[in-house]
Amino acid sequence: MITLQFCYVVAGLAFGGFAVLSAFDRSNPKRFGNTAFWGLLAASFLFGDDLSDWQNGALVIALIVPGGFGLLGCGKPQTTTPEERRAKALQHGNWLFAPALLVPAIALFGTLFLKQLRIDALPLLDARNVTVISLVVGIVVALAVAMLWLRPRRVAPLQEGRRLADMVGWAIILPQLLASLGAIFALSGVGKAVGEIATRYLPLDKPFEAVVVYCVGMAAFTAVMGNAFAAFPVMTAAIGLPLIVHQFHGNPAIMAAIGMLSGFCGTLTTPMAANFNIVPAALLELPDRNGVIKVQLPTAGLMLIANTLLMYALVFRF
Amino acid sequence: MLTLLGVAVVVVGFVIRLNPLLVIGAAAFVTGLCAGLPPLAILSALGKAFNDNRYVSLLWLILPLIGLLERHGLQERARMLVGRIRVVTVGRLLLLYFILRQVTASLGLTSLGGHPQMVRPLIAPMAEAAAEKEFGPISDDIRFRVRANAAAVDNVALFFGEDVFIAIGSILLIKGFLQQSGILVQPFELSVWATPTAILALLIHGTRVFLLDRKLKCEATPVSE
Repeated sequence: MITLQFCYVVAGLAFGGFAVLSAFDRSNPKRFGNTAFWGLLAASFLFGDDLSDWQNGALVIALIVPGGFGLLGCGKPQTTTPEERRAKALQHGNWLFAPALLVPAIALFGTLFLKQLRIDALPLLDARNVTVISLVVGIVVALAVAMLWLRPRRVAPLQEGRRLADMVGWAIILPQLLASLGAIFALSGVGKAVGEIATRYLPLDKPFEAVVVYCVGMAAFTAVMGNAFAAFPVMTAAIGLPLIVHQFHGNPAIMAAIGMLSGFCGTLTTPMAANFNIVPAALLELPDRNGVIKVQLPTAGLMLIANTLLMYALVFRF
Repeated sequence: MLTLLGVAVVVVGFVIRLNPLLVIGAAAFVTGLCAGLPPLAILSALGKAFNDNRYVSLLWLILPLIGLLERHGLQERARMLVGRIRVVTVGRLLLLYFILRQVTASLGLTSLGGHPQMVRPLIAPMAEAAAEKEFGPISDDIRFRVRANAAAVDNVALFFGEDVFIAIGSILLIKGFLQQSGILVQPFELSVWATPTAILALLIHGTRVFLLDRKLKCEATPVSE
């Protein structure tokens, strides 16, 4: 059976490869910082389950140090020149898109059809995590196909992967670290405190006010937490259910659906939603790490207004 | 109330542009200490959560594949493809991607897109090529704006498309939460009421993307003189 554990081993080996190759990259003056960072990440993926919780915590701190204090450089693995790339693009044609598109195709196929597939009564994929496992299987298969077809040097995918990974740099662990911060917030009761403030100090006497506070609150709280999933239970328990649904007799399905979408407006505006906003800025080599957020701000504002009005127009009518 | 100090750390940290890893590390400890947790318990909670959330980072496995394809001219091929089609502009290309991304997301196919898989290797180079085709050599400023817009299209289309699908995570979360509170709703009802917002998102962001062509034209003209 292919489990999440298998995927973690694959990822651990890849990050471990980045670490080793970084150590030999003399073009990077901070190469040992990179080696430490990728090496620690590899250790987390390979041995995380064998470590105790506080040891994993120490590992997180050890990852934050090189990432947070600028000890990472950007390796320059040997790659092709722009001229060579243009020549290869002409030579390979549109088939170049095939391996890239194979990944979502396999991921989709796995999610839809391989869930039930069994070999000797054992399921092929671990059903609880079928989406992410299918994605990893898709990546591995597509990479194998690309290697057989393009026949580069064996180490080329690791070197090219390291080139991109160094470019993203510390932001690589940001989404995972933010998810961990969310766990600390939950443990410390941050959500409850926000809910108390919202209900104690904001005007909520009329249906329209309740709708505005709920929608804007969802967006604002999501912006702080970086995740609408964290904001939804808090805001809905504090305002959505007691006021919009119970006191003013609104439709709970409409309240919840549009409330969640109001939260997504907040996601568009915050560096806390790292995989959507900060990571692409790094991947696209933007000089301004908030470049993507700036483009999204007007849409986020307009969509929040639209959602608020939409909820007010619909929630008390159906 | 004191636990909100950690939230303040996050906000201030991001505003004065400290390194986000340090900000998050500090926020975790400030929040935990304010809630009365001993430091070792915070460290353990952080470690456990980080370990449990490793699947979040699995997507990075795509980097070796994308890098390898880039080595063999993937971005250049994407540019060539756009260069051949005469009617393509930045705005039209991004609008087309917006619609494709939103429709597929609303069918639950959220993995048919994303920043490492689609935007960096394909959509951003295509959009840049479209801008270069129209305006000639473009300034870095415009280049970065075009790229940022490509990323934004992926996000907006995904966020306001996925909830139309009945089995997406957020719909299941809503259903589960309301059920705990004694209210039964069907996923289908939720996805129906997500549809008006999806349409408005298409209209609002679609219009902005469409107007991008005109804005770029105004700004690009002085450069090509």
